Amino acid sequence: MISIRNISKRYGAGSGSILAVDGVSLEVNAGEVLGFLGPNGAGKSTTMKMVTGFLTPTSGSAVVCGRDVVDDPVGVKSVIGYLPEGAPNYPDMTPSAFLDFIGRIRGFSGAEKKRRIEAVVERVHIGGVMKQPIETLSKGFKRRVGLAQAMLHEPPVLILDEPTDGLDPNQKHEVRNVIRELAGRGDVHSGRAVVLSTHILEEVEAVCTRAVIIAKGKVLVDGTPAQLRAMSKYHNAVTITVIPPLSAAGEPVNVAKDFAAITWVADVEDQGVRHVPVSAAGPAGPRQTCTLVPKGGRPLLADVASFAKGKGWTIETIAVDGGRLDDVFREMTTRDLARESRPKATAGGAA
Amino acid sequence: MKGLIPVFRRELAGYFTTPVALVFIVIFLFLAGVFTFQLGKFFERGQADMVVFFNFHPWLYLFLIPAVSMRLWADERKTGTIELLLTLPISLSAAVVGKFLAAWAFTGVALALTFPIWITVNYLGEPDNGTIFAGYLGSLLMAGAFLAIGSCISATTKSQVIAFIVSVVICLMFMLAGLKDIQAFVSGWVPFEALKIIGSFSFLSRFEAISKGVLDLRDVLFFGSIIAVFIAATGVVVNMKKAE
Repeated sequence: MISIRNISKRYGAGSGSILAVDGVSLEVNAGEVLGFLGPNGAGKSTTMKMVTGFLTPTSGSAVVCGRDVVDDPVGVKSVIGYLPEGAPNYPDMTPSAFLDFIGRIRGFSGAEKKRRIEAVVERVHIGGVMKQPIETLSKGFKRRVGLAQAMLHEPPVLILDEPTDGLDPNQKHEVRNVIRELAGRGDVHSGRAVVLSTHILEEVEAVCTRAVIIAKGKVLVDGTPAQLRAMSKYHNAVTITVIPPLSAAGEPVNVAKDFAAITWVADVEDQGVRHVPVSAAGPAGPRQTCTLVPKGGRPLLADVASFAKGKGWTIETIAVDGGRLDDVFREMTTRDLARESRPKATAGGAA
Repeated sequence: MKGLIPVFRRELAGYFTTPVALVFIVIFLFLAGVFTFQLGKFFERGQADMVVFFNFHPWLYLFLIPAVSMRLWADERKTGTIELLLTLPISLSAAVVGKFLAAWAFTGVALALTFPIWITVNYLGEPDNGTIFAGYLGSLLMAGAFLAIGSCISATTKSQVIAFIVSVVICLMFMLAGLKDIQAFVSGWVPFEALKIIGSFSFLSRFEAISKGVLDLRDVLFFGSIIAVFIAATGVVVNMKKAE
């Protein structure tokens, strides 16, 4: 539904110019919720502003529902629902007047306009504040008014720039629910294509079916959240807490080195020894926790468990890490881009 | 121009949902009254016409019109609503023209509310209502020209204060271009032909005839072209500056 074709944006001209977006290409299909990840200034917003027709690309283009944004910007704008960053609204207007304005501009009138406004108000739960000036509303309500505006014409494509930024956890949860519901997640026939930008990684896990990491204007990774997680060095890492054996002097013996001997363990992160009171797993005394990072993402759980048993250590807790998105994010976006020979790393098959 | 009417309606309603409209209209009417009756000695003149009323309009507009136009685009850019507005399925020209027309209609309302003066003149004597009508029309046109300039200036900045001050200065330059002192000042270093051209841009000289009820087609065309040029310029500036 959205096809971004080698789109670039350069701000300014000459030597002082900045290449904000550098040849980004992406396809987004119906039913997909694409999370656009990247550090601040990576080019997320600029890309969205070009797709929505607010900014003109320096080169390349985007095609939305068969319409090219460079040739037919108004056509593209009519099939997109867009929530700009910070959800700007006219502060003096009431949500009622504001949605009426959006309805008119989207070409609805009379009963049709009324029906659509009612439906969307119901959906984002702003019925109680329709007659209050927007500037008097809380951030959460303002954001919902912004979402209502974007959804009023039931667009096949939704583009949301940091939809939950600055909201409290409850509001975030609500907005995510609305987005998930809107997307008709995974439904290729009736679903929408949703693109949202965020730098909250849990959000990607919570709502997105696909994640793209961009930095310095380039796409670095494109995959499902699970595929991204699998790129983490902590994918399949095992965090284990054992009761360590005591030395002759009565001091706990450091078991980290022992774990390093397991064939598929690449690295042992010793999280130290702490003394605990009596617990279900054993008597009061020292406990040592280590995180074992596997070689090549190989599952370690069975090896580690039998190794500890073989040594006669009591295992208090043991957990497998699915991989950490923030870890992947950090590694990808701080890596020296000059060394990056692959223009577009795909995470496919790693899961 | 799809979307022009909703933009126009929203903008015009925007004046009335805030105290802006009330404050503006009250001050406009108050000053129009002071200028006409106190400075213009409306009664003492003993003539049933509205020449003194119209005479002061350029000066009234000089400060009041930039106060209306300053928010047109500066506010949209500051609050970020420009991104919302320009990603709605409307053309840029519909947004620019719709907003300008709303501001113009608003000043038109303020101008129309000066009708008690017209009633007074008709009560006291038998004025030529044709010239009065021409005066109103000319005044509205001049207001439009001031607004178009203000709209363009407003698009260049995010600050309403800067938009206001710069608009006042530029409008003042347009007004005074024809005055003898100004002409004498620049005559030293511009050729005579250029002097004539500068003088022809003077709002004051153009409006002098209009306030007497002489609505010359050339003056109408002049103000019309000023409006057209500055509206077009607004579009260019908005497009250039929207990303900032």
